[in-house]
Amino acid sequence: MPDLLNFFLEPLNYAFIQRGMLALILVGGVSAVIGCFVVVRGMAFFGDALAHTILPGVALSYTASGGNVGSNLFIGGLGAGIFSALVIAYLTRNERLKEDTAIAIVFVTMFALGIAIISTQGSYSVDLTHILFGSINGISPEDLTVMAVLSAIVLVVIGLLYKEFVVISFDLSLAHTLKLPVEALRLTLLVLIAIVIVASLQSVGIALMLALLITPAATARLLVKNLRKMIMLSAVVGIFSGITGFYVSYYLDIPSGASIVLTMSSVFAVAFIAQNLIRLRTSSAGAVA
Amino acid sequence: MSPSAGAHTGAPLQYPLLNVNLHYHAPACTTNILASPSTTTQKNVETIHRKTHMLNLTHKTKREAFDTTQPALDVHRLSAGYPGERYAIHEVSFKINAAERIAVIGPNGAGKSTLFKAIVGLIPFTMGHISIYGVDCHDSHGYVGYVPQQEAVDWSFPVSVYDVVMMGRTRHIGWFRWARQNDHERVRDLLDELNLTHLANRQIGELSGGQKRRVFIARALAQDTQVLLMDEPFTGVDTVAEQDIMDALDVLSAKGITLMLATHDMHKASQYFDRIMLMHRELLAIGTPDEVMQPDILSKAYGGGLRVFNTNGETMMIVDEHGCGD
Repeated sequence: MPDLLNFFLEPLNYAFIQRGMLALILVGGVSAVIGCFVVVRGMAFFGDALAHTILPGVALSYTASGGNVGSNLFIGGLGAGIFSALVIAYLTRNERLKEDTAIAIVFVTMFALGIAIISTQGSYSVDLTHILFGSINGISPEDLTVMAVLSAIVLVVIGLLYKEFVVISFDLSLAHTLKLPVEALRLTLLVLIAIVIVASLQSVGIALMLALLITPAATARLLVKNLRKMIMLSAVVGIFSGITGFYVSYYLDIPSGASIVLTMSSVFAVAFIAQNLIRLRTSSAGAVA
Repeated sequence: MSPSAGAHTGAPLQYPLLNVNLHYHAPACTTNILASPSTTTQKNVETIHRKTHMLNLTHKTKREAFDTTQPALDVHRLSAGYPGERYAIHEVSFKINAAERIAVIGPNGAGKSTLFKAIVGLIPFTMGHISIYGVDCHDSHGYVGYVPQQEAVDWSFPVSVYDVVMMGRTRHIGWFRWARQNDHERVRDLLDELNLTHLANRQIGELSGGQKRRVFIARALAQDTQVLLMDEPFTGVDTVAEQDIMDALDVLSAKGITLMLATHDMHKASQYFDRIMLMHRELLAIGTPDEVMQPDILSKAYGGGLRVFNTNGETMMIVDEHGCGD
């Protein structure tokens, strides 16, 4: 028993590792909550693109601070994310461009711009790896505070606008008959997604961000049929994956982004198989009856 | 006068009881019917019911006063369609009185859905004017409920019947708030009234066709809708469900709610509705079922798609839904 306790406590001897774990729990949970809206609205591609479009903003803050990964990245990333969301919304108004086309164009343009900016730095490949795949070792107390504040903002706004977000996600025609400010609400949701992405940037990185938005929500979606329950279950999956991913990362010495994503995928796979087995059993039982 | 148009085109008919006149326009697709004057009786109609006494709605949505002496729905020379395309509907004008039941018929692509979406505010319209009880539609969309076509709804969305009906209360609950006790009571009452209580916690995709329509009707009632537009509620449901929906429509009528319903079902249109609107891009006719369900009038919309048989003094009409294929 002391061995087992030691297994869990040993990594937490260092304050910077504690912060890393808290960061993973935080971003795992809050991404899982907003991710439910991404999943029910079918915005997976948008989420992925938005994560990549923050690169030039991050790169600018990064080069401006002389190659320092810290809370300075939040501002640049958030600016680029919101800018991209606005451009996409502008391009797709009046349905002149299909949404996925507009998203793709903005996505690749911004990502290429980011790479161009980073390449001006001497430590190009190390820097890019940092930003793309994240690292929980360099999280300062200030970074953690910023993450906590951003997460709190996102959760509070979702709480306040929950019923409106549900209406615009489920039935746009109702949103219009109720005279809700549909565009403003949609933009608010996009900005919240951008905030979550930026908050998660340091610990998981751009490349794997999408998994945090999609996988816990998709897992919850398999298991429950009600959005409120789905959000709660998704948050549980997100937090569980954050903790598990942390230990996997520590003991197997793999990047935290990869370990948290692989944990989430495993949970999803178990849920998917279990759900299919149950369905198979009930349908065969029905056939016998 | 065109021989095929018969007695009805002799003069625009007026029906004082229903406060309407029959409109006649020559549709693009038929050549054998003369264009007839349509505006001569308009003035008479306008002079009826001019007296106004204002009344505030009992539900406390504050907003604007609401004039019950005005038509429930007044559409004036409305043209609408998606930007960059030819108008899906052109110069449509009509008035509907409170608690009337109107069936809108016309071939596929006649603009029935476009008309509804314009009234509801789902698509912008560049020309024309819509008012609900005398209030311009830009201020009164809240009074209009809309039940979309079945295909337009994501039935896999993780919401329960109860949640969907509660969505209708969104504006009543107000910004930054969650539902209160009286909202829950209202939703429970409506579920009871529409016989949905036992389904309250079901995910909406698990319902039958008739139940789905009833959920959306309950939601419109939760909105305190005055005018309800339903887009093809009878499509894809069996006869039991049809009866189910008809019963729900009776609940609406009992509450004095004005009803407009797009359908392909001519039989139901003529049996259960006060008036029928015949559309094909333009409003071709509006009147009682007996007035509109005439071969010469229907042929304006359906053209060659309309076949008429006479058996034992009874007239039978068969309509090809694809219209006159212009």
